[in-house]
Amino acid sequence: MKAKVYVTLKPSVLDPQGKAIKHSVELLGYAGISDVRQGKYFEISLDGALAEADAREEATRMAREVLSNPIIEDFRVEIDQ
Amino acid sequence: MKFGVIVFPGSNCDHDAYHVISKHVGQPVDFIWHRDTDLSSYDALIIPGGFSYGDYLRAGALASFSPVMNSVKKFASQDKLVLGICNGFQILCEAGLLPGALIRNRELHFICEHVNVRVESTNTPFTQELNRGSVLTMPIAHAEGNFVCDDATFAELQREDRIIFRYCDPAGQVSDETNVNGSRDNIAGICSRGRNVMGLMPHPERACEDALGSSDGRAVFHSLAGALASVAA
Repeated sequence: MKAKVYVTLKPSVLDPQGKAIKHSVELLGYAGISDVRQGKYFEISLDGALAEADAREEATRMAREVLSNPIIEDFRVEIDQ
Repeated sequence: MKFGVIVFPGSNCDHDAYHVISKHVGQPVDFIWHRDTDLSSYDALIIPGGFSYGDYLRAGALASFSPVMNSVKKFASQDKLVLGICNGFQILCEAGLLPGALIRNRELHFICEHVNVRVESTNTPFTQELNRGSVLTMPIAHAEGNFVCDDATFAELQREDRIIFRYCDPAGQVSDETNVNGSRDNIAGICSRGRNVMGLMPHPERACEDALGSSDGRAVFHSLAGALASVAA
């Protein structure tokens, strides 16, 4: 079982890296891009003995307490069997 | 009075801080490894600059979970003095001892240069011997020094006189042009509600010798020592 955690900057927080990436892809000719935001992705392998609900709870707690900084970031957790 | 300099894997300004305390302040100082938890013999702690844990995850994040940090929180809750410089400031924010966060510089570059900061408040143990409005020249060396916080936190920092340093020009004018890293309201340093914890991005410990281009940072450490001496007296 795997927990997948996506961490993204809150919409209100400036993302200079995303801005630079947007600039580069536009230079390369990609059209129609209105914004690029860069985030982080974590894959956490979990003990198969955990029930899905427990796995979700653990991964969510980890995302909140460690993987993200709630002042600047949001997160989303997915559990893959 | 006894000082402690906390050392994480990747700290690299620990020796500078140690040197300043022993040579310029003339007080006993120890290095404290991040796995140590007994801080009972110290009167003030310095969390030095560097790249603890290689800035993995977020700058200062992994260090904020080190065993010593629970002891630092307890130390701070007893109104003892904690100074976080650069990576130390990032660690204090990540640990929740200071509000806000430090994100990637506005222009993305790692910036390593001397900057000017204006003293915004002398109502802290770290700035009590400085003059409000005076300008200090100190080096910065960071990629993540862009201070952000929400509107409520910003209003609180203003209301409680907790913005201690702001990036300015040599004459003390604060403007967007002097905002080296894009920090909210040019903020270079703040203190805690109890005023006993301060974090700043510039390096006062690297500005204590004329040979290094500036000795303006000495006043910060002399303030700190003066504050400790007056408590002891």
